[in-house]
Order: sequence, then C-alpha cells, then structure tokens
Amino acid sequence: MNQNLGRGTLLIAYLVLAIAAVIALFPLSLMIISSLKKSTEIVANPLALPSALQWANFSRAWTDAQLGRSLLNSAETTGVAVILICSTCSMAAYALARGTGPRLRWISAYLLGTTTLPIQLYLFPLYFIFAHLGLIDNVFALSIVYTAVFSPFAIFLLRTYFLAIPKELEEAAIIDGATRWQVFRQVLLPLVSPGILTVAIISGLNIWNEFLISSTFLQSHDQQTAVVRFYTLGGQYSSDWGEIMAAAIIIVAPAVGFFLLMQRRFIQGMAAGSVKG
Amino acid sequence: MSTAVVRPSVIRLHSRPFAVRFANSAVPFLLPALTINAAIILVPGLLTVAMAFCEWDGASAPSFVGLDNFRIIFADPVFFSALFNNIKWTLIFLTIPIAMGLGAGSLLVVVKRGRNFFQVVYFLPVIIATVVVARVWQGMIYNPESGLVGWLKVYGFNLADPLTQPPTALYAVASVDLWHWWGFLAVIFFAAFRQVDAAQIEAAVIDGAGFIQLLRFVLIPAIRPTITLMMIMTIIWSFLAFDFVYVLTQGGPAYASEVLSTLSYRYAFYNYTMGPAAAVALVISFFGLIATFFYVRIQQREAIR
Repeated sequence: MNQNLGRGTLLIAYLVLAIAAVIALFPLSLMIISSLKKSTEIVANPLALPSALQWANFSRAWTDAQLGRSLLNSAETTGVAVILICSTCSMAAYALARGTGPRLRWISAYLLGTTTLPIQLYLFPLYFIFAHLGLIDNVFALSIVYTAVFSPFAIFLLRTYFLAIPKELEEAAIIDGATRWQVFRQVLLPLVSPGILTVAIISGLNIWNEFLISSTFLQSHDQQTAVVRFYTLGGQYSSDWGEIMAAAIIIVAPAVGFFLLMQRRFIQGMAAGSVKG
Repeated sequence: MSTAVVRPSVIRLHSRPFAVRFANSAVPFLLPALTINAAIILVPGLLTVAMAFCEWDGASAPSFVGLDNFRIIFADPVFFSALFNNIKWTLIFLTIPIAMGLGAGSLLVVVKRGRNFFQVVYFLPVIIATVVVARVWQGMIYNPESGLVGWLKVYGFNLADPLTQPPTALYAVASVDLWHWWGFLAVIFFAAFRQVDAAQIEAAVIDGAGFIQLLRFVLIPAIRPTITLMMIMTIIWSFLAFDFVYVLTQGGPAYASEVLSTLSYRYAFYNYTMGPAAAVALVISFFGLIATFFYVRIQQREAIR
C-alpha cells in the first residue's frame, strides 16, 4: 500500500505527522527547559536554553509545595480507590455480563446515565453530607467518591471481558460442585486479569490527575494531593515559573513514566472502550 | 470443557435455567458497586433535584420555593452567556479536534514505520494533569512576561495575555483543552481505522484512489459508528467542561469565559446559594440526558442493522 499511494503522499504524511508531533511536544519542552532556568532567564527569553542548569528549582519546589507529603497523599488515594474499583466493579461486571432480565437492563441504563451527569449535580450535597459526618480530609472517603465516579467506566469495560469467556466453562465448574463465588474467584478472575489491569491503569492515572473532587474533599494542607498542592503554588503573575515548572515535572513524571511503561495496554484499553461503542 | 464432551445432555438441561437462577445470585455481586454508586451519586443527585426547588444557604434549614430558582437563573444574563459559551465550546470541539484526530489517525494508517512513536507522542498531553497543563500554558505560552506571548514583543507584536481579554478568553481556554484532548481522538480513530478491511483499502488504492479519496470513500464511511459515538460524547463532555475554565480564568474576565458548570460552582461555593446552583446543575444534566437518549437510539439502530 505504501508503494501504491506513491512516495509523494508518504512524504507529505510524515511531514504532517511530524508537525502534529511538534505541536504536542512544544509546550512540554518549554516546561522542561524552564524548569532548569532562573526566572530572570525565562522572562528574558522563554525559548532559550538555560545558561546553567538550575537544579535548585527542584529542591525549592519540593519543599515549598511539600511535595513529599502531597505525593504520598496522591499515592494513597489512588491506591485505595483503584483497589476498591477493581474489586467491586469486576463483581458487578460479572453479574451484568451473565444475568439477563429487565432489572439488570435498568441497572445498565442507570450506570450509563450517571456518566453523562455533571459532577456538580452530586458534589454540593455530598460536600455537606461529608462535612456533617466529619469526612472532609479523609482519604478513604475520597477514594469511595472516586470509586463511584469511575465505576460505570470500569463495569462496562470489564463486562466485555466477561462476555468473551464461554459460558460452558462456568457451567462445567458449577456442575462439578463449585459455588458461584468459587467460579468467579478461581476460574474467571484470572481470565479477565488483563481487563482488570487496564481498568487499574486508566482509572489510576485519572485519579492521580484529578482536581475538582480532591480539592473539594481534601482541604487541609497536610492532606492535599499533589495536583491540588501544585495549584496553590504561586499566584498568576508574582510567580517563580522556574520553580512551578520544576514542581510540574515532579508531579507529571510518575504518570508519564507509568504511561511509557504501559503504553500498549493503555492505548488498547482506551480504544477498546470507545471503538464500536 | 472435558465435562461438556462427556455429558452433553446434562449441559443442555442446565443451560436453560442458568440465567434465571443467576438473577437471584447476581445480587451479592452487584451490591458493593451499586451501594457505593447510589450513596455517592444517586442519593446526593436526588437531593440536588430537591434542592433546585428550595432556598438554602448551606447552613440554615432549607425552605421550599417552587420554581423561584429557575426564575433567578433565567433572569441572570450570565446564565445565557454561559449557555452560549457551552454551545460555542461544543461547536469548536465537534469540528477542530475531530478533524485533527481523523487526519492524524488516517495518516497513521498510511505510514508503516513510526506508528507507535507518533501515537505515544500524541497521547502524552492526554495523560498530563489538567492543572499542570493549564499552568504550563498560562506561564510559558500566554503570559506576557514569561511566556511566548511576551517573547513576541521583541518582534514588535504587543499582545496582551489572551486569557485576560474578554473577546479571546474562551478561545484561549478552549485552545488549551484542545491541545490536551485531540491526541485521544487520534488514537481512537486510528484504532478504528485499523479494523477496516485491508482488502477494501488495497482495492481502492489499486483502482487509483489518492489519499483524500481513500479517506472520503473508504476510511470514514467504514468507521462511521465510532465517529458518531465520539461526536455524541463530545457534546456530553462539552456541557460538562469545567476544569480548564476553572483553573485558567475561573469564568472571567467579567464572565466572558463562564460556562454552566463554573456558574453552578460559583452559585454554590462563592455565593452560598444552593438553590440556583442546583437548578443550573439540572439544566446541564438535561442536556446530558438528551445526548444519552440519542446515543441509545443510535446504538439500537446499529444493533438492528
């Protein structure tokens, strides 16, 4: 096909793809360059390379934004939420994949409906309920909120994995005397583990990056996640941009590293959820 | 599997009531996820619906006021400019990123080498936190002191920060979201294009189709369901748009970039008027439910075909 479309077409294709790549990478390279410059250098010429590498930006960002503490909060929230999502949603996905009947169809419709609702629809009352119950600044309570928000996505994605397993496999095990729970735990879960991993990666990354919900429910400085802590770093104009970009890199690095490591599964998972619907 | 071979009649006997029996044993499997979902989304959501018809400042006892909250928001000129901004936002995201995604996705079908590299590069902005993306654009691009806009002064272009100018604020915010978002569509559309029958593509190319003809007559018609789905999701997400507006401009300057979700947030957490906040949230949900309705209808039609 490459040959048939002609060398000219191929050349233009690469040119356009390269321009798009430059557009995607340009702001990110500005972030990296600026993180190693003095703020006076940034103001003098934002595009120039640093004259001397300012590693001090990173150490200042680390202490000013209390990144050690807030990265730990992010990791804790993400970890607890991912465990809750994977465990509760794989069970629900199994039930929706194997059951039939109008009740289960209504549950599917309800879950689909919740994905189109604005967070504002339930955020305000939830905030007052949590405040009343003393659940503000509680990492576990925040993880429960994330579990609810990401459960429709996780359930629908995992359901497709359960549907791909032939029913005969479970029926055979049931006839041999296994309980429904044993079949689920010992036969099916290992088979859908690639799906569970995909759900963990996608929801984990989204929770690590999430801003609105975590800034609403974690308010004290000691409890804030890295992203929220980053937001409070520096005002709009009286800012040390070198330091802010250094903090940005520290927060982004785990996500990007993780993505590069898992890119194939990540991209496939995203595509599987959207292609064909 | 071996059991199935040895006792086929038993399997057939059991396979009919299998689904029926499962309807009852399904409950414990559904319970944890549904309980959490109901406690976090359904119950507070219904409270918001109730609150849309009440007056409440978040502290004292709420009182029923009928449709007053809707009268308040419909009398607020910001509500209509915010709604209009959501519509502009929808139109921008229905065209530019979808065109970019289709273009890049189809070019990735044409080239063979470097596909993975380009995919990863296009997807990088998608995985970077909204707040970080916003700060990078704010400080390194739009900022008249430290950003690209400031640097252009050297060449005689005296530009102000587009985020602080009412005519450009919304577009400046949308540009950032667009940069963050289009790579997702490129990856999705590329995945869909790859499932197009290779023989069909070969045949078109052998018949002398150029790239544009290939795209128009083979590739795009083949992935129409995916494009439709993405367009419906774009409409839903455009009415939910919040993060970039909130972080970059907070709806300003002078409400120029206010959208419905930031307006709702302003009513709730700045003015402490829960009633109008809930009413706006209901309006947003209404648009989402309309889009969901069309989504389900189209899905059903696809299923019949």
